[in-house]
Amino acid sequence: MSSTEARQPSAIELGRRAFRRRQGIRSVIISAASTIVFAIVVWLTVVNTPGWRRVQLSFFDPGTFITALPEVASGFLVNLRVLLYSVVAVFVVSLLLATLRTLRGPIFFPVRALVAGYTDLFRGMPLIIVLYLVGFGIPGLRITTDRIPLELLGTIALTLTYSAYVSEVWRAGIEAVHPSQTLAARSLGLSHGKTLRLVVLPQALRKVTPALMNDFVSMQKDVGLISVLGAVDAVRRAQIEASTTANFTPYVVAGVLFVLLALPMIRLTDWYTARLRSREQIGAIL
Amino acid sequence: MSVVRLEGVYKSFGDSAVLRGIDLTVEEHEVVALIGASGSGKSTLLRTINLLERIDDGQIWLHDDDISDPRVKVDAVRARIGVVFQQFNLFPHLTVLQNITLAARAVHGTSKPDATARGRALLDRIGLADFAGTYPDRLSGGQQQRVAIARAIATNPELLLLDEITSALDPELVGEVLDLVRELKAEGTTIVMATHEMSFARDVADRVVFLDAGVIAESGPHVLSAPQTARAQAFLARFNA
Repeated sequence: MSSTEARQPSAIELGRRAFRRRQGIRSVIISAASTIVFAIVVWLTVVNTPGWRRVQLSFFDPGTFITALPEVASGFLVNLRVLLYSVVAVFVVSLLLATLRTLRGPIFFPVRALVAGYTDLFRGMPLIIVLYLVGFGIPGLRITTDRIPLELLGTIALTLTYSAYVSEVWRAGIEAVHPSQTLAARSLGLSHGKTLRLVVLPQALRKVTPALMNDFVSMQKDVGLISVLGAVDAVRRAQIEASTTANFTPYVVAGVLFVLLALPMIRLTDWYTARLRSREQIGAIL
Repeated sequence: MSVVRLEGVYKSFGDSAVLRGIDLTVEEHEVVALIGASGSGKSTLLRTINLLERIDDGQIWLHDDDISDPRVKVDAVRARIGVVFQQFNLFPHLTVLQNITLAARAVHGTSKPDATARGRALLDRIGLADFAGTYPDRLSGGQQQRVAIARAIATNPELLLLDEITSALDPELVGEVLDLVRELKAEGTTIVMATHEMSFARDVADRVVFLDAGVIAESGPHVLSAPQTARAQAFLARFNA
């Protein structure tokens, strides 16, 4: 087989290629035109509203944007720290919860029931209420005479809520691994725990990675809610700046920072999901 | 001494009795073929030996140990028996070599260099040495099944159970898998296999056991060539037609 030999395509194939090229150019022109028209229509609609001038001044003031940026960014570091702690804690706790739910046998019924009750409770409870309960309830227990850091309380609240969600993601992943895999592992003499750790969980992780990444994106923005505890984070800083300048632009600054934080993860999730899909359809045109 | 011995084994699923009093003894180095129609209990019989099904009555011994005793350590018994499944069931997230060495590393506590050396030697034997670092989904069905056999024998089990290991293969890939089983027999491996490959059973098995509706209807080296019972004759007539 000589692959170096240049093969001349037939006239029919050349015709098809020319047609596809023309079609390609046409669709690019159409999509570009429709995008521009759509953008212009939206822009004109917003700009022509009666209050647009005032909204522009109070939300998109360049001067305020620049002065507020360093302040809000310094608060944003608090959000980043809480996010980092929470992500690690959620990963460990959710995996533990999902594992506990796989335990079989009547002895473990209380454990399974407890975990099920926990996930029901914290998936139903709004995060902001969990933040209030943890933020004001735990210090109220007077476990220590020192002040409990707000970052720790925020981390606890986020972990409680998100572990409930993420453990369900893990559980779905564990159940999506075909039982024959467990059968093969157990037939080799692997224990329940080793089967889970060496055979089931690695495969489950692959299946639920897009869902886990999505929950991570969700956490990145919900970490902004810790301001209700009184933590001086990006949102609280923006609030302070907004009240001193009598301008809402600092909130937009905080919003932009959160979006910038989430964007790489959002793109990564899309890319990873697309790659998984393209692998599964094995190059077919759908 | 027998490798495995079943006495009066009963097993039912709900109202349907799948095994109704099985007595079977398999000697060292013996190859026993289980034949019979779908639903005759072949697979269930293999699964009871590997403790994947709990029996409802009777006893099973693996060498001297009564493995039907509930006090027995299930994982330890399974570690002494190799199983190959119809659908291969290789671990897709592990390479071919990791598939083969998993049990040695995780169950038998073999050191990594030792397990790897043994794994590579096995791969060399089955003619797949070049695929050590490959993932199973890159292999053909026949290659996957040979890896599954290597995985099952990697820790030198006392008994090898083969559950219709060629049923999911394309016809042109059956030969390479059966050749490997032939080699194992030549080495003296004790094998119990459920199969639909009658010519292979005739070729390799020391003894053929014909299961019919949960009982052993006929057993011996003659079953395929000169069946005595009407049920076995009728069953085999369908294969020769």
